[in-house]
Amino acid sequence: MTVRIGVFICHCGHNIASTVDVEDVVEYAKGLPGVVYSGHNLYSCSQEGLTAIKESIKDNELDRVVVAACTPRTHEPVFRRACEQAGINKYLFEFVNIREHCSWIHTKEKEEATKKAKKLVAMGVAKAALLEPQEEGESDVVPKAVVIGAGLSGLSAAAALLNQGIETHLVEKEATVGGILRDIAVIGPDDVDAQELIRSLTETVEKSPKAHLHLSSRVTELKGFIGNFELTIEGEGKEETVQAGAVIVATGGVEHRPEGEYGFGELKGVITQLEFEKILGSGGLGARRIVIINCVGSRQPGREYCSRVCCNASLKNAVRVLDANPDAAVTIVHRDIMSCGTAAEELYREASDRGVRFVRYGLDQRPEVSTDGEQLVVEVFDETLDEKIELESDLIVLATPIVSPDDSSDTGKLLKVPRDKHGFFLEAHVKLRPVEFATDGVFVCGSARWPVSARECIWQGQAAAAKASIPISEGKVVIEAITAEVDPEKCAACGNCVLACPYDAIEIIDTESGRAAKVNEAQCKGCGTCVAACHNDAIQQKGFSSRQLGAMIDALIRATTEVAR
Amino acid sequence: MTGFRPTILAFCCNWCSYAGADLAGVNRLQMPTNVNVVRVMCSASVKPEYVIKALSQGIDGVLVLGCHIGDCHYMTGNHRTAKRIPLTAKVLETVGIDSRRVKLDWVSAAEGDKFQQVITDFVEVVTGLGPNPLREVRF
Repeated sequence: MTVRIGVFICHCGHNIASTVDVEDVVEYAKGLPGVVYSGHNLYSCSQEGLTAIKESIKDNELDRVVVAACTPRTHEPVFRRACEQAGINKYLFEFVNIREHCSWIHTKEKEEATKKAKKLVAMGVAKAALLEPQEEGESDVVPKAVVIGAGLSGLSAAAALLNQGIETHLVEKEATVGGILRDIAVIGPDDVDAQELIRSLTETVEKSPKAHLHLSSRVTELKGFIGNFELTIEGEGKEETVQAGAVIVATGGVEHRPEGEYGFGELKGVITQLEFEKILGSGGLGARRIVIINCVGSRQPGREYCSRVCCNASLKNAVRVLDANPDAAVTIVHRDIMSCGTAAEELYREASDRGVRFVRYGLDQRPEVSTDGEQLVVEVFDETLDEKIELESDLIVLATPIVSPDDSSDTGKLLKVPRDKHGFFLEAHVKLRPVEFATDGVFVCGSARWPVSARECIWQGQAAAAKASIPISEGKVVIEAITAEVDPEKCAACGNCVLACPYDAIEIIDTESGRAAKVNEAQCKGCGTCVAACHNDAIQQKGFSSRQLGAMIDALIRATTEVAR
Repeated sequence: MTGFRPTILAFCCNWCSYAGADLAGVNRLQMPTNVNVVRVMCSASVKPEYVIKALSQGIDGVLVLGCHIGDCHYMTGNHRTAKRIPLTAKVLETVGIDSRRVKLDWVSAAEGDKFQQVITDFVEVVTGLGPNPLREVRF
């Protein structure tokens, strides 16, 4: 069969093009078997890039499309849709990963990375030539959701799901709901009563007949797929198995405890911001001279990120101190004040107008805390005055970042979802698929993915709930056409595949060609285990046939010789 | 053997090891350029025939990477991989192909650093073994 393959190599801005010689790869692809068009795009996934691909499909009468860009785990649906829109079955599209698997991991080896990109493209083209159009099936969705973590994000997600009438299990490892907000009285910058917020969300959950609240409990096992998850919940002396169509991870973050820094844990009167919140909430603040030190343990080598919530908390707490005691002297020792947005910037101005003193320090000259036995002293090099100053104080508050909880590694392994180097969960794509994991049907919200404000916890909780409710309300999910199929002519009905299938999706039946295996498509999950178990090459997985994979091996051998020349 | 750069084929399962490779990329973990990844849905779908074909035609090493035992997206798929691939290596050994040219390992979606380590170590081992002796006699 003659095929007309179009190859599109993506620059991904500088992400690929600064390491891989894109034009060189384009030229190489022109000589590959079946290729009638080879070109490049600055950003293939942009509207412009997709339009160019669609036009090229029409202009060049392409019947197969290969895009060499990033990872199919995030972008395959984008290009498959473009193919469909241009009239090509979406299973005639093949993705080649030259970013995550090439340019990003070989940044200093431009020549070798370019050669590797050529090989990967040759392999993709070889597979594409043998692709066949496919039709998709459907599978039912269990109309229930599980939310892990009952802090502000998890409560918001659960409330949003319940308000839509979706049966929801809310699992919290602590004995009470609320997470970090349990220790906070008032949320800035617009003075929301934190306990009232938690109370009203909890009420929504508790009043709903469709809610199941599991306190002092943990999810200990997750099996299955979007639409049909099975989770084991352990806690309060019992173990329960629940079915769910979607899972939301809202496991949050915890306050960093700066043991040994600035006298924390050693000197009386040195506390964290969250401990300060508790004192403010109880109305028991006796101190008059207060120094708040920002960026303690953040924005420094090893923990480079900005925790986003601390500056606003410092500003809010400074103003609250002055509300309670106008004679108080509050100093915020900071590196930069990050008070983005209209309300927070107004709070900064208010704090400034009301006499809160701001002293800027640099990472190379950090403040030092000491005591003369009676009072605490903060010694800091004021960058504005260009000299060292001493601040006598009764209370020193350390604004530390939100960090990932110690058990997030276990959560990540349990749910099979990735984390960044700081332990926060990574969503599938920050712009294309926010609050979604790459694994379909599993979502993330709140400080589990990055330190966020209370307002953002609510947004993201609701966003995750909205996304999770899509498959649940549709009642069906499309099954990717990667299921296995049997050629009864080749099948000897030995039953190896029946034993190999983890889903009992194969049976031996009578066919026109005698006894042969048959795959039940609705039960088949497309793992391909049966394919490798077959001695006669009689079962093939759609999109991963032995001919297609064999062609990729041949192409790698051929391309290795070609690029070495 | 100076300047020998082995050509290596890696089969990565979609759910764990391919995602782990993606994470290595996202974190810009640098590694040798010799490894070319083929995405499969499960490591258990990797036929011994693919490994044998690749090595008999001159590929210098084959990696099969799956989810950790107990973590397989398809429940028990990788249990089969765990038996199948070492057996394939043994069979190849009997026809004169060093079994160290075939490696099976487990990399989760969260283990970008392990992916980097596995790739780096395997490239070093295969470089040490030198070119696949069948490279010149492939059919």
